[in-house]
Amino acid sequence: MKNCEYQQIDPRALRTSTTRTSSTLPCGRKNSQRLRKKWEIFPGKNRFYCDGRIMLARQCGVLPLTIVLIVITSGLFFTFDCPFLVRHLTIFIPVIGGVLFVFVIFTLLQTSFTDPGILPRALPDEAADIERHIDNSGSSTYRPPPRTKEILINDQVVKLKYCFTCKMFRPPRTSHCSLCDNCVERFDHHCPWVGNCVGKRNYRFFYAFIVSLAFLTSFIFGCVITHLILESQKAGGIIQAIQNMPASIVELVICFFSIWSILGLSGFHTYLVASNLTTNEDIKGSWSSKRGEDSGNPYTYNNIFTNCCAVLCGPMPPSLIDRRGFLPPDDAPQTVTSDAELPPFMAKNDTNMCTQGTKEFIESMAHSTVIQSTCTPGTPKTAPVTQESLLSTVSIMVSPLSKPSNGCSGRQARRPTDMPCPQRGNKRAALHTHKPVLRLPSPPYSLGHSPLIFSDTPNMGFIPLN
Amino acid sequence: MAETHSLQDLRQAAVASKVFVQRDYASGTICKFQTKFPAELESRIDKQQFEETMQTLNNLYAEAEKLGGRSYLEGCLACLTAYTIFLCMETHYEKVLKKIAKYIQEQNEKIFAPLGLLLTDPIERGLRVVEITIFEDRSIGSR
Repeated sequence: MKNCEYQQIDPRALRTSTTRTSSTLPCGRKNSQRLRKKWEIFPGKNRFYCDGRIMLARQCGVLPLTIVLIVITSGLFFTFDCPFLVRHLTIFIPVIGGVLFVFVIFTLLQTSFTDPGILPRALPDEAADIERHIDNSGSSTYRPPPRTKEILINDQVVKLKYCFTCKMFRPPRTSHCSLCDNCVERFDHHCPWVGNCVGKRNYRFFYAFIVSLAFLTSFIFGCVITHLILESQKAGGIIQAIQNMPASIVELVICFFSIWSILGLSGFHTYLVASNLTTNEDIKGSWSSKRGEDSGNPYTYNNIFTNCCAVLCGPMPPSLIDRRGFLPPDDAPQTVTSDAELPPFMAKNDTNMCTQGTKEFIESMAHSTVIQSTCTPGTPKTAPVTQESLLSTVSIMVSPLSKPSNGCSGRQARRPTDMPCPQRGNKRAALHTHKPVLRLPSPPYSLGHSPLIFSDTPNMGFIPLN
Repeated sequence: MAETHSLQDLRQAAVASKVFVQRDYASGTICKFQTKFPAELESRIDKQQFEETMQTLNNLYAEAEKLGGRSYLEGCLACLTAYTIFLCMETHYEKVLKKIAKYIQEQNEKIFAPLGLLLTDPIERGLRVVEITIFEDRSIGSR
């Protein structure tokens, strides 16, 4: 076991590093003798524990609830059902249950605590270089420089979008998660149940988690049913049996409600793995043949087995953010903040403060809106509220690709998507989906001195509907 | 005669400019950098030398990300141990990254530093760019 001390990140450091308007380092820290580590000034919304070894999203969602539910259900199972079943059936029942339980917990913790594939933000030099290329490549004064770049991947045209927060063109399949405020490679979705984004590096853990959880839930459900039947035979009637085993009934209820959503989710992700798609792409219909063009998924190997192997058993990429590396003692954090070199068309600090205030306002509004129900089609185009979108409005207008009147870029799915997730009418499934989705007309609002217009709906980490 | 620099000298030299070689996504999301010779380096380094360096780097990254028996075995073994093996063992990718770091250091010492250039390991830039720092050449008779 690692000998680690739980050292929560200093909230002051976190606030200063995430607040875009403040200066990059408070002066007092410069005189500190201790060499600081990079996780301490990480600009995204993450928490770090164990000196940077473990990381979580700042909004860890319902991860504690997930853990409690799993532990309680399994605990009740081992305490109340297993002794009976060992006596009447076989010793292997708690053994299998134990193995599944351990697997579930390990993979859950791995999913939650692993870096999902966060891309570090561009350093000022790099950002300036990209801006220069954009300025040079775009035509002159009347048209704003494009914020997208088209490339060919396996003979398929793919648009790379510019991320205003991270100051770089996002690699293919990368998306910016607004909850974590990071660009994540091969972004799948932000899962509130595990309290983290699911991306390139932890997708296999997530898949293993939901599959093993499906097995565990089914196993417990089956065992409790068996126990109930055997008990009813012994006690003479099912009502009597139910009265004799209240704990098992609790387990039964929990398992019954969760089994549908978990089995459905596992099935959905198995489909995604087999076709080498992400939830993000599937929901937006990026590669759907219904788009009319001859567009297929350029990343697929056209072989189910190869796709599965590539996604689940491929090489494990390293974490790119180097959380535990030491900062040079005399340098300010190198990531681009509002004080760093701004592109010429970016407005000044007061506008950034304005957008920061707006962002907080929106977030508070978003949290108080009604929770969106499951599987609503066409949802991806809404909830476009991110810092990125706000900043984009203050800077240049985006390329003709975006149509402000629609409130979203043409690339995002507006038609009812062919959602493979099954219809679920239960509360648990409803709870699973949501990030509160703020439906805003466009242009949404204006604040103070800077009229904020949605010129582009950024690609961000909405929680898709599973 | 052109003054040659050592890696240590470069630390004191002033940075004239930086060139960023971006990723090449034509083959998908694998890590591959463009081998096109940047115009800013024309006066500094031989085109072929530069392209050879970039090609070697690309080959090394391809080796790290190769889908084959070894990576599948590693993946399956990891899955069977509930991925706890990643806590103890160094992955194949990490081993190749160390090889890449060594290669870049060698290239810097032998080829780039004497020409007043410095290659930054892409892993320090999130595998997004290869950053080439061009230092001011203070020698009078420089090329």
